[in-house]
Amino acid sequence: MARMKFLCDADRCIECNACVTACKNEHEVPWGMNRRRVVTINDGKPGERSISMACMHCTDAPCAAVCPVNCFYTTADAVVLHSKDLCIGCGYCFYACPFGAPQYPKVGNFGSRGKMDKCTFCAGGPETDFSKEEYEKYGANRLAEGKLPLCAEMCSTKSLLAGDGDVIAQIYKERVAKRGYGSGAWGWQTAYRESIAT
Amino acid sequence: MAKLIHWGASIAGTIALALFIVMAVPAYAQQGAPVNPTASAVKEQQLLQELGRIQGRGTIPDVKSYVLEQPMGREWRQFHEVTLRWIGAITVLGMLAILVIFYLWRGMVRIEKGRSGRKIVRFNGFERFVHWMTATCFIILALSGLNITFGKPLLLPLLGPEAFTTWSELAKYAHNYLSFPFTIGVVLIFLMWIGGNIPNRVDVEWIKRGGGIVGHDQPPAYRFNAGQKMIYWIVVIGGGASAVTGYLLLFPFYATGIEGMQIAQVVHAVVAMLFIAAMLGHIYIGTIGMEGAFEAMGEGTVDVNWAREHHRLWLEDELARTGPNESRRQPMATPAE
Repeated sequence: MARMKFLCDADRCIECNACVTACKNEHEVPWGMNRRRVVTINDGKPGERSISMACMHCTDAPCAAVCPVNCFYTTADAVVLHSKDLCIGCGYCFYACPFGAPQYPKVGNFGSRGKMDKCTFCAGGPETDFSKEEYEKYGANRLAEGKLPLCAEMCSTKSLLAGDGDVIAQIYKERVAKRGYGSGAWGWQTAYRESIAT
Repeated sequence: MAKLIHWGASIAGTIALALFIVMAVPAYAQQGAPVNPTASAVKEQQLLQELGRIQGRGTIPDVKSYVLEQPMGREWRQFHEVTLRWIGAITVLGMLAILVIFYLWRGMVRIEKGRSGRKIVRFNGFERFVHWMTATCFIILALSGLNITFGKPLLLPLLGPEAFTTWSELAKYAHNYLSFPFTIGVVLIFLMWIGGNIPNRVDVEWIKRGGGIVGHDQPPAYRFNAGQKMIYWIVVIGGGASAVTGYLLLFPFYATGIEGMQIAQVVHAVVAMLFIAAMLGHIYIGTIGMEGAFEAMGEGTVDVNWAREHHRLWLEDELARTGPNESRRQPMATPAE
């Protein structure tokens, strides 16, 4: 089994937000919630960079560690998923997450929370693959179809890579070697405690 | 004439173009060397080291999503999963152990002269209502709060995931909604008993003489002795702190961002653990720790001998005001100091 990871090549991202739109559409993510977003650092200044960010499916995921009801689980592909049936909407995963991945539909107490929602690496949830319940709660299960996350699949500059960590790291390394520069795999040190030596 | 002007313009344009090319050539020649567009680019590790978090700009309306990385959740995780469990276990279990040992050593503090059979009003109906409203809320808040810290290791293996979620969700709702009557109760307690709870000289002597609970002494006290004043201020300050930090968590992003909520959760949890430990002591003295104490908050009256032994100055004031035969009359809402 592969160890699935995301990698955003900040030197290629053109901030087109196609990944954001693709994700919202593929999973019918409701208004006000974004499983993926693009953040631009130093916008308008020399050296600005844009990074597409979602759940990084961390090694030893902090969200899973702090969840008071243990609703998280890690798949054989190292994708971090959670059960919306077990989630109590306490918000603790949001305090612990380094990437701001957990989202809340704001239907809970006093309009504040509800069942947490986040990027599933297009891998659905604990329900039966391709079931109606799975789609309604977690969105499409592309991984079970043998496809990779849609955000990366339709990235026009192939800035966003998704797949086996070793494979995408190799692709990135080759790019950096060929073009002679690279600003690194954003979030990898925080999420996986490793960076790509280039 | 017009032709001449046209000629002139053409010549001027040609000269300008020639000048531009001449000036541009050296710059063009320099581009032969490989460029490194990342030379001036933002660096992740540098930003994290300098600022502790990475923030930028986005295109979706959710402004809080413009924070790209905030790895300090790691410290908060360590607090929540390790430190807090130790703090909770030591304070709560430690207090329980102290109370058990104390009870075995001291036993119930008796009314030394026995019951007189005469009663005096200590807390009126409103005071008792506020006390029990706050107390009931507190117990449910404490249990549902402890569930968030200790439920996963202790209850989850016993109940199984589905039942534990049902219970935890119920507990969360109870925790959120009962915070309102609890906060109102704390405010009312603060207002209605502030008069009798300002520390004064009598308290110093009361503490020096062990308060009549450690030894067998009966130091004088007004309506509230130094121990009760401590409980009062623990409730007011602890309750106030847990209410403020609790509402910061209950209404995320209204007043503070993620870091603020992490700090609020730490303060909320630590204050709550100490609060629970203090209230265990309060419950002990109010029930099995002291004869004749529970009825003060139960029925609202206490035996005159109990009052003489534990709150002599208060009893004297009350008797002076109402006369010895009218001791059942309601005291004023704010006690005499």
